Amino acid sequence: MPYGLKIALRYLTAGKAQTALLTLGVAVGVFVFIFISALIGGLGVYLVQRTVGDIAHVTVEPPGRDAGLLLPTDAGEVLLVAQPATTQREQLRTAAAFLPLIEALPGVSTASPQIVGNGFLVRGQTRAPVGVTGVEVDKISAIADIGGHVIAGSAALSSNTMLIGSTLARELGLEVGKVVTLLSERGVERPLLVSGIFELGLEALDSRAAFVGISVARTLFDLPQGISRIEIKLADVYGADAYARRIAADTGLVATPWTAGNAQLLSGIRAQENSGTLIKAFALITIVIGVASALLLSTYRRRGEIGIMRAMGASRRFVVTVFVIQGAMIGTLGGVFGAALGWLALSPFPPPELATIGDLPIDVRQGAFGLAIILTAIGAILASILPARAAARVDPVTVITQ
Amino acid sequence: MNGHALLEVRNLVMTYGDGETATPVLRGLDLRMERGELSALLGPSGSGKSTLLSILGTLLRPTSGHQEMLGEDLNRASDRELTEFRNRHIGFVFQFHHLLPDFTALENVIFPAAVRAGRETGLMRERGRNLLERVGLADRIDFLATELSGGQKQRVAVARALMNQPALVLADEPTGNLDRESADQVMRLIEELNQKEGTTFLISTHDEKIAAYCRRSIRVVDGRTGDE
Repeated sequence: MPYGLKIALRYLTAGKAQTALLTLGVAVGVFVFIFISALIGGLGVYLVQRTVGDIAHVTVEPPGRDAGLLLPTDAGEVLLVAQPATTQREQLRTAAAFLPLIEALPGVSTASPQIVGNGFLVRGQTRAPVGVTGVEVDKISAIADIGGHVIAGSAALSSNTMLIGSTLARELGLEVGKVVTLLSERGVERPLLVSGIFELGLEALDSRAAFVGISVARTLFDLPQGISRIEIKLADVYGADAYARRIAADTGLVATPWTAGNAQLLSGIRAQENSGTLIKAFALITIVIGVASALLLSTYRRRGEIGIMRAMGASRRFVVTVFVIQGAMIGTLGGVFGAALGWLALSPFPPPELATIGDLPIDVRQGAFGLAIILTAIGAILASILPARAAARVDPVTVITQ
Repeated sequence: MNGHALLEVRNLVMTYGDGETATPVLRGLDLRMERGELSALLGPSGSGKSTLLSILGTLLRPTSGHQEMLGEDLNRASDRELTEFRNRHIGFVFQFHHLLPDFTALENVIFPAAVRAGRETGLMRERGRNLLERVGLADRIDFLATELSGGQKQRVAVARALMNQPALVLADEPTGNLDRESADQVMRLIEELNQKEGTTFLISTHDEKIAAYCRRSIRVVDGRTGDE
């Protein structure tokens, strides 16, 4: 065993109570670091989950068709007013070709081709505007978990049924099993049976959304071929930007990630992360100050012994090594102990994806255990440098003659 | 410089402080010691004995003057070189033993060798045990320093001073803190080591009975030396 290590170990074991208290202090600091990492990380996951859980992570739509400019480019200055076409609807005619491509991308959980449009639900004298989404019948719960939020009837769709939101059902006095007429924006009318009523807790959907099978939507919106859009769910919601870029590049279509419409949420999460970083930095600073002051005290207490060691031929570097090793050992020991404490205390919490309102959204996977141990060890080593240098400066003559 | 001399200092001056507060302690002191000497350094308190021992032990640099030991010009050595020189060639015995309290008698004895090598070895432990047997502490080898009596601690300190087989052992009032019986025990040990192994000792004391063990007495008066 290197001699510096032996001396450092002996000093640490000689003052067991002091070493234990110091290690415990470091461990508490590390626990705070881990707790804050897990809480801030978990809160982010929870908020994102609550926000993106029921929406598409990437939406693929047809590109806008620009009016072609037929004038030659060297015809001088041209003033041009472009107006989006209103007679022709944008549609993905080639969706059938892209869909398998998109579904095959690693990390894509599901891709749901949809036909969307607007219309009215007509019941007697009452009319209610409704946004209609036509989905493949087996993908009714692919994006929003409609199946899990059905409060009456079932989520199964057929060629003459539809699902509507709970608020909309109340407005029109509809129940499962009633028939209501759906009048589409294309002027197509079709009586449909309400087979299920859902309540997602999102007012926009509960009061204005209706889901029908994609074949019904084709009739309603007079779209014999193609679809309106493809909604995609990813395994990693934070990868949405990269996936959107890749899909757009691969297909030439417009791919919009969920982040594009949720800048406020993202900046909120970022602000949270910043405050978390600040708290973690304070925890680390506390550890550094604690270790430095304890070792400085030890240096003062052991001045006599340090002087004797120097008189016996111990170099300044040796004295520095002894104290830096002590700092490193306290940091590592406290770090591991604090990390173990954090693991034991935080493991029982359910993952934030499964947390319900009122639960503390702790994400033990984001506890940054390794980082906490490494940073603490480094912090403790840095903290020991000042006392170590003070120890190395002890004048043996002063000590011996005292 | 005579090749046989162990050490030689010439015109050694040591002044603490400067300006109006300057306190001269050594004022042009000369000293020469041969190998195998057992010498007493005598003089009243404040005469500069301890300062001289600190300078000879390379713990303190003189204000001016020439200092040589084993043919090396110590005035020119760096701090690191002095530390190494001290470790290899000089042993210390202090009045208050100054053992490391959290270490055993054996660990204290082998410290000078282990700190030089960077680790403890079996050979060091073997030599440490032998030295402790020589000073009559074979049954106290694994006792912590704090578990030993004053006389035992001082004998451990003597064993420690001898660990690296130094050319010179400097002892500053080594018996000053001991009762008469323990003091005699320690001095007989030093005398024996000097005679049998030829180790050079310079012992600072103001006890004439202690000085009687020594073959040479060097008196420091007013920061200068004179043989008796």
